[in-house]
Amino acid sequence: MIELRNLSKSFTTAGGPVDALKHVSLTIRDGDIYGIIGMSGAGKSTLVRCINMLERPTEGSVIWDGKDLGALSKKEIQQVRHQITMIFQSFNLLMQRTCLENIMLPLKLIHMPRAQAKARALELLETVGLPDKANAYPAQLSGGQQQRVAIARALATDPKVLLCDEATSALDPKTTHAILELIREINRKLGITVIVITHQMSVVQEICNRVAILENGSVVEEGEVSQVFSYPKAAATKALVYPDVAKGMEPDDGENDQTLRVVFQGNDASKKPMIASMAIDCHIAATILSATTRTLNGKAYGNMLLRIPGGPDELARAIKYLSAEPNVVVQVDAEYSPESGRMEAQHE
Amino acid sequence: MNNYIATYYNADKLAKAWSVIQADFLRETGVTLYITLMATLFAILIGLPLGVLLVTGDQKGIHPLPKPLMTFLNGLINLLRSAPFIILIVVLMPITRAIVGRAVGNTAVIVPLIIAAFPFVARLVEGSLREVNPNIIEMSMSMGASTWQTVTHVMLPESVPSLITSFTTAVTTILGYTAMSGAVGGGGLGNLAITQGQQRYNQAVLLAALIVLVILVQVFQSVGTWLAKKADKRIKE
Repeated sequence: MIELRNLSKSFTTAGGPVDALKHVSLTIRDGDIYGIIGMSGAGKSTLVRCINMLERPTEGSVIWDGKDLGALSKKEIQQVRHQITMIFQSFNLLMQRTCLENIMLPLKLIHMPRAQAKARALELLETVGLPDKANAYPAQLSGGQQQRVAIARALATDPKVLLCDEATSALDPKTTHAILELIREINRKLGITVIVITHQMSVVQEICNRVAILENGSVVEEGEVSQVFSYPKAAATKALVYPDVAKGMEPDDGENDQTLRVVFQGNDASKKPMIASMAIDCHIAATILSATTRTLNGKAYGNMLLRIPGGPDELARAIKYLSAEPNVVVQVDAEYSPESGRMEAQHE
Repeated sequence: MNNYIATYYNADKLAKAWSVIQADFLRETGVTLYITLMATLFAILIGLPLGVLLVTGDQKGIHPLPKPLMTFLNGLINLLRSAPFIILIVVLMPITRAIVGRAVGNTAVIVPLIIAAFPFVARLVEGSLREVNPNIIEMSMSMGASTWQTVTHVMLPESVPSLITSFTTAVTTILGYTAMSGAVGGGGLGNLAITQGQQRYNQAVLLAALIVLVILVQVFQSVGTWLAKKADKRIKE
């Protein structure tokens, strides 16, 4: 278990002090694939570097395996880093060394005999699906292959925790998917706890079981991925979860029309033609501004942004009608509605 | 023009030049190579660790050293680099005598050459190591490498092609410096060109020495460039 307690980090820059992290507290359980997501500049990279003390937190502590990492000596931290390893956005392989030598690097650091290190490295190349690339140089490999070598290298010392710093951000969607599959497999087969730093919601959606949303150095929302993504609460989460409404489709300010966010969960909700039924039953012809569906842990989730013509009366009727459906959550979307208050109704 | 040729390249001068070339050139080329390579070797032995220290000991380096120490090292290097070599030779004579037992001769000239070249090599090494991708150094720290391990397992191996290029620059520069060895009784092609050529009004000897020096620089540079290219694994095959 990794516990971040009230973690803060500030940097002194030419333009004055910058608070990269503000009182972050998180608990990452063993075996989790824990996502930390945020826009660039949110403090994700600083946060992940505080976990292995590449950055010393200004305040607060990181507790791992019962140890306060901030209190350890330099030597002890080096030992910990054999157990908490890291992969990077730019792979960071030694370009002058073969794949095999790259994987052997962490083993050389712990003075493992060369023959034994070589055998281990070959075994790891097999694990990541590149058994024939032992003597190839990184420059001869594709991005996805380079990341596989980096993963093999990160696994060499049998770590307990793998930190992934934007590990798939430099890869195309297909390769991203394959690398995420590999990370998931490592998590399942080797029982390694994985912490995934990303700005891509799709990455969290694909492999994480828990997620924390970071904004301006603070955690604004945290929890099970399915929960956070189906009922996002913080504005930053909504911005990540809900795709932007295309320009020109935003409701006009002058009108009385109201905008409703309809979130449905599970397959039942997707079977009934809700919008059509509402038009027939309530005589409300809603306009769909945007709609998406996604699958989380095998369950379908959808969300729609609807424009309801008319006044508060029509809006109340629409909310009542749609909320009556099982597994549907309706909310007046504050961001797209002139009305600042938010009405929420949930029906389980 | 005809006058110039008649004065400096007449049959008599050419015959004398030829006899000098036959008698002395091979030996003096050997002396030049000996002085150059020994000086380069020692300049690298001192300059390489010093260059590493300049990078790692920097306030933003992986092992910051006390600021006064770094200021002193940088100041010393700048001081040595700004002294003209011919003056350095004379100033260093007592030190040379203390180290090699005498202040004149072929071996004696190596000492001031090393003193003049190691700060230059240190700066070249510093430049090569600063080229190493900082992300790769961070990777090394993230896997628990000590400063020493990061230097030996990551920074130096990653900068090998660049270091070869730097050392090639160093060897050609030191070769040029050896021409001044005559000032303290050292031999070599430079000395030969001055004593047998310039001082005896024999331009042909000067020209011949120059040609050999140019060839030596070309050979060093070509070999260096070839080695650097061969060592660099970033190039896709």
